[in-house]
Amino acid sequence: MSTLKILVIDDEPGIRSGISRILRNFRVDYPFMEEAFDFEVREASTGEAGIESIENDKPDILLLDNKLPGIQGVEVLEYVRKKQMNIIVVMITSYASLELAVKATSDGAYDFIPKPFTPQELKSSIENITKRVFLKKMTNKLQETGKQIRFQFLSVLSHELKAPLNSIEGYLQMIRERQAGPQLESYDYMVDRMLQRIKGMRMLILDLLDLTRVESGKGKRDIKEVNLVDVAHTAIDTMRPYSIQKDIRLNLHGNDTITVMADSEEMEIIFNNLISNAIKYNREGGSVDCTLSRNENCVEILVEDTGIGMTAEDSSRIFDDFVRIKTEKTKNISGSGLGLSIVKKLIDSYKGEIEVTSEPDKGSIFKVKLPINKPCS
Amino acid sequence: MTTKKTILIVDDDQDYLYQMKNRLESFGFQILLAESQKEAEELIEKIKPDIAILDLMMENEDSGFILCYKMKKKYPDVPIIIATGVAAETGITFDINDENNRKWIRADRFLDKGIRSEKLKEEIDQLLKINR
Repeated sequence: MSTLKILVIDDEPGIRSGISRILRNFRVDYPFMEEAFDFEVREASTGEAGIESIENDKPDILLLDNKLPGIQGVEVLEYVRKKQMNIIVVMITSYASLELAVKATSDGAYDFIPKPFTPQELKSSIENITKRVFLKKMTNKLQETGKQIRFQFLSVLSHELKAPLNSIEGYLQMIRERQAGPQLESYDYMVDRMLQRIKGMRMLILDLLDLTRVESGKGKRDIKEVNLVDVAHTAIDTMRPYSIQKDIRLNLHGNDTITVMADSEEMEIIFNNLISNAIKYNREGGSVDCTLSRNENCVEILVEDTGIGMTAEDSSRIFDDFVRIKTEKTKNISGSGLGLSIVKKLIDSYKGEIEVTSEPDKGSIFKVKLPINKPCS
Repeated sequence: MTTKKTILIVDDDQDYLYQMKNRLESFGFQILLAESQKEAEELIEKIKPDIAILDLMMENEDSGFILCYKMKKKYPDVPIIIATGVAAETGITFDINDENNRKWIRADRFLDKGIRSEKLKEEIDQLLKINR
């Protein structure tokens, strides 16, 4: 059992004692909460006394009348807001000043309770607030432990994994019910779509494996001297069939040897992702140019394509987890939305940099800098 | 003699659209499809559907909410179902959004995408009757 402190600031003694009485034995308990809540009510008859009580007792919830003898309720609200106190403020107000209450909610009050209210109205309002306090505590706790990010990640992930499963299941049901009639050919489209979705899911799983490796990895890293030109060649050779299909020329420029101290598998992930993207989002008959160079402090990798490009707004998001740019031009291109976020995480772990410049319908240039000895630039 | 009721379905998953169209056409509805918030907005400029089923996450995480808001503004009497595939897993995250967003969203129903066909039809029939 947890107790929430409530402070009532109202100049009418009847209201104050009424609230105290209603909430004395009131409890809020939901199945999803780890614990139940009860309430301890304190009272103040003026805004000034209220502020004193706020400072001393640090209430969780403030029930605030606006019309007070000295300073007004909104001023108390302002005080709480300015001091950035973690208090949920609810305005108690007569119907006549409803407009003011609405304004107060936009100034930071959580809600308002119109006067006169029934015990039930008060209770249900307190119930909502308690839920909110609980969730806030929960999110704070999650944030502290870094779980929040994990949590968001998992929710997006479940969406990404469930969507293809749902779609395949849907088609299978249609086929089982022979919805397109007895002709097998009528189901070709559905079968093609299922295969497509499975392919997408496989890609997602591969990317996820890369990602977990990146995120958990450090200990297992095998740092050796790696010739990036070799890595680039391998990546290009792997992608060759795909590029021939789309009639795209792949060119590699630069010296024969450019070495860095790195994990070669991780370097492969970087090149594979950048080059496969450059093909995937290219136009038919286009080209991909990969240029490697080095100066005394860092190695620079450029991957340029002649593809569909993207807007500045889109380029600012593409390194985040699960971001896929959804436009008319990309809708038939499949991807997990993880590739570039993996690349970014890897490059960060080497204290490198990656940036993109892009123009819609012209193409994109990805520039990677990896430090050799000390930070680049 | 009743004319067919028109359902607008908006979702960025082309397979979901295909399957929903199929299911709902078999129930005797006329189906309009849009693959994005933007496409749907253009569509409702020209046509007023009898009911709409919107996906939540499309171009952006909240595309469905925004579209819902805009539709309610344009056609207050058209019931809207928000269909989502994430409700169960996201639990708390979604609840928070729910609480805050319910105030201004006014979707008539929140349904899970995995809902069974008969149940979906029931919900749609109910919403259409209420607004008749």
